[in-house]
Amino acid sequence: MRSVERCLTLLRAVLSRLATTLITLIGVAVIVFFVIRVVPGNPIAMMVAPGATEADIAALKAQYGLDKSIPVQFGIWLSGVVHGDFGTSITTRQPVLSLVLSRLPATLELSVMALIIAMILGGFAALTGTRLRGTRTEAAIDVGNGMALSVPDFLWGLLLILGFGVLLPVFHISGRVTPSLDLPFVTNFYLTEALLRLRFDLWADIVSHMFLPALALAIPLAAIIGQLLKQSLKETMHLDYVTLSRTKGYGENHVILREALPNAILPTLTLVGVQFTFLIGGTVIIERLFSYEGLGNMAIDAVINRDLPLIQGIVILFALIFTLVNLAVDLCYAALNPRLRHG
Amino acid sequence: MKLNRRALLQLSAATAALGFSGLAARAQAIDELVIAYNVTLPAWDPTTGPSAVNPTIQGIYQSVFDQYILQQPDLKPAPGLLTEWGWNEDKTKVSMTVREGVKWHDGSDFTAEDVAWSLTRAADPATGNPIQFVWGTLANIKAEGNKVTADVAQFDPTIFKWMYFLTGYVLPKAYYEKVGAEGFEAAPVGTGPYMVEKFERNAFVRLKANENYWGGAPEFKTVTIKFVTDAAARVAEVESGNSHVTLEVPYEEYDRLKATLTGVAKPVSDIGMIFLNDIDVMLDANVRKAAAHAIDKQAIIDRLLSGYGVKIDTLETPEYDAYDPTITVEYSPEKAVELLAASGYSVDNPVKFKIQTTKGFKPKDYEMVQAIVGLWRKVGIEAEIEVYEIAKHYELRAADQLAPAAFYNWGNSVGDPTTSTGFAMFGPSPHSVWDGKDLIDMIGPLWGEKDETKRIDGWKAVDRYIAENALVIPLLQYVQPILSAPGVVVTPHASGALLPHLMKRA
Repeated sequence: MRSVERCLTLLRAVLSRLATTLITLIGVAVIVFFVIRVVPGNPIAMMVAPGATEADIAALKAQYGLDKSIPVQFGIWLSGVVHGDFGTSITTRQPVLSLVLSRLPATLELSVMALIIAMILGGFAALTGTRLRGTRTEAAIDVGNGMALSVPDFLWGLLLILGFGVLLPVFHISGRVTPSLDLPFVTNFYLTEALLRLRFDLWADIVSHMFLPALALAIPLAAIIGQLLKQSLKETMHLDYVTLSRTKGYGENHVILREALPNAILPTLTLVGVQFTFLIGGTVIIERLFSYEGLGNMAIDAVINRDLPLIQGIVILFALIFTLVNLAVDLCYAALNPRLRHG
Repeated sequence: MKLNRRALLQLSAATAALGFSGLAARAQAIDELVIAYNVTLPAWDPTTGPSAVNPTIQGIYQSVFDQYILQQPDLKPAPGLLTEWGWNEDKTKVSMTVREGVKWHDGSDFTAEDVAWSLTRAADPATGNPIQFVWGTLANIKAEGNKVTADVAQFDPTIFKWMYFLTGYVLPKAYYEKVGAEGFEAAPVGTGPYMVEKFERNAFVRLKANENYWGGAPEFKTVTIKFVTDAAARVAEVESGNSHVTLEVPYEEYDRLKATLTGVAKPVSDIGMIFLNDIDVMLDANVRKAAAHAIDKQAIIDRLLSGYGVKIDTLETPEYDAYDPTITVEYSPEKAVELLAASGYSVDNPVKFKIQTTKGFKPKDYEMVQAIVGLWRKVGIEAEIEVYEIAKHYELRAADQLAPAAFYNWGNSVGDPTTSTGFAMFGPSPHSVWDGKDLIDMIGPLWGEKDETKRIDGWKAVDRYIAENALVIPLLQYVQPILSAPGVVVTPHASGALLPHLMKRA
């Protein structure tokens, strides 16, 4: 009975968050739509040919629906969105929805890979620092964390390109996959699909392309994870139950991994969720730097070309991802936190 | 799992092997040419939408599609899909002869019908060709045998030049009508030297040589054009050997890398200039002339662009039809001081105005404007710099709302004066911000001038008038740096288009 009540409470919370998400998305849509039409630079001025007359310019505006008032344009766009039509990209003349959905998997895979790398690096640094606390190794880890945090991800990207693309050419520095390879994929989740199809040759090629951009994104996040987790572990290590397990004769590794870590990891998990959204935002610059065919790279082109429908589509999608990730984090936290889990 | 030294070494070796696995081709001789291109290709139809008038991607279009008339690397026209072209005696009709024996990439025959259909389609406002106002000057376009004829609805002396300029491409009538715009976008077909094998938007296009190309099969059988928009990443691409050719790298990097790679840097049909808007202080001829005389263009080229640039004093470069080397504007700060003094200005009482510029859109654009402002300050001009995006420049220029001075670059790959001085300086043009009646009256009759010698002389006179009255400040002709692997010889094209079929093995 109590578990049914808990489920209903959870369901109400989820529905309430979904309603908030919807309101957020509508707000974002309104702001983006109006802001990008108010800022200087319009797509028609960029494509007006030399010698075009006023009539030619008016015809171009009409062709792209930019001859109507902004509220009317918004009404048309919103009505299209409700029916699943996000409009047509001005530069590519392709439907916006299919364009952004085709690029989304690339960005998601890159972000998840970056997150995994960040968790491995950050977790390793935190555990090593805790295990060797008070030694020079801990001091070195702290210095490393500080450096990783103070250098922005795009600079890490440039350094990685120079280091592992030019001086020691181990990894690919541009693109997502080697163009000459034949891809048997039916989805755009190349990395996942290569693994599922057991095509390890393709998987290795994709990883070789993704590793440096993912690492550039991961380094600052790894430093944050490392710092917070180490701090949490240190605090937990002084709690009574940890002391008790030591008294029982468990080794230090067991005490850290089995006793302290499960409790210490909760604040880090929350942070990881929040940071993941920032990480997706960070892909914009990193994808550009590594010529990675994701959503971020497309976003920059859309802004440069003032491709209004495409900008709107990308921003809405980013907003949707951000809100859903936050929702997922809240749910994970509720599921993992013993106090919340047991009511 | 225990992480000991042995396990760590095994892990490192596995990681290195993973990385090397994708790079096996690097050590081999160049079999598949890889080009790191500076822009992306948004759409394949070279005759519609914003991409059609984007000069930077014409090189990719020209690899797949042929233009009506071939343009040689020195910008001069040559027989292409059209082998002959011209007007009748009274210039009321045009006639064109179409090359025979040419095949489309899908194996079908190229015919005069394709040319007539492409011209008719381009002239139809409904298709969205941004240059429709030019193609619309031809009417009643007909194909008969290997001849195409049309009536001249409105005489345009540059109509055949547009046939190797923006949107001047021949598309396959039967194929396009069969697959439609969407199908064409998915699988473009042309008659060009390369066929599209694979296209990943924002990533790369892989091209396969057209062995039946009428101009001879290209030397490199497979070409991959990677879209690498970041200049630092392009440098890394060629330096690491991931790409064999790249372009538009910073001049400092070009100088550094040409010692180990092959470098070619030739002037292209792209110029840097300062638009002067006839508002505020720019209505004073002394101010304009002083601003022009105070700029040491050669010093700017030498110090900021490492010498890669050609000083110009008109909007015509030496390759253009109306270039006149006798029109010069000397660098003379003394004369600038005198001119300003005549209008009551001095270093202590400077004339003030705003200059707009982009930052990073063209090589050292902002730095050049900073240098110019520094030179102006010495003679009594105090200019405030405003940085804007290129999109804002287009919008302001179309609305005739540019600041009194605005830095910009202008491309004119056909070299005709109408598409340089004409559109940039003719008041009614949406690209001009100088509305002086004198100039409009001078330029007006030249649009329809049928005597070619008289027309070109007329433009030279316009250029002289503009220079003498400082209605615009031309600065320099850009030089395009191209880097290639030692095994590749690149033939640069003065239009700035990087064409893989002009690349050979060393």
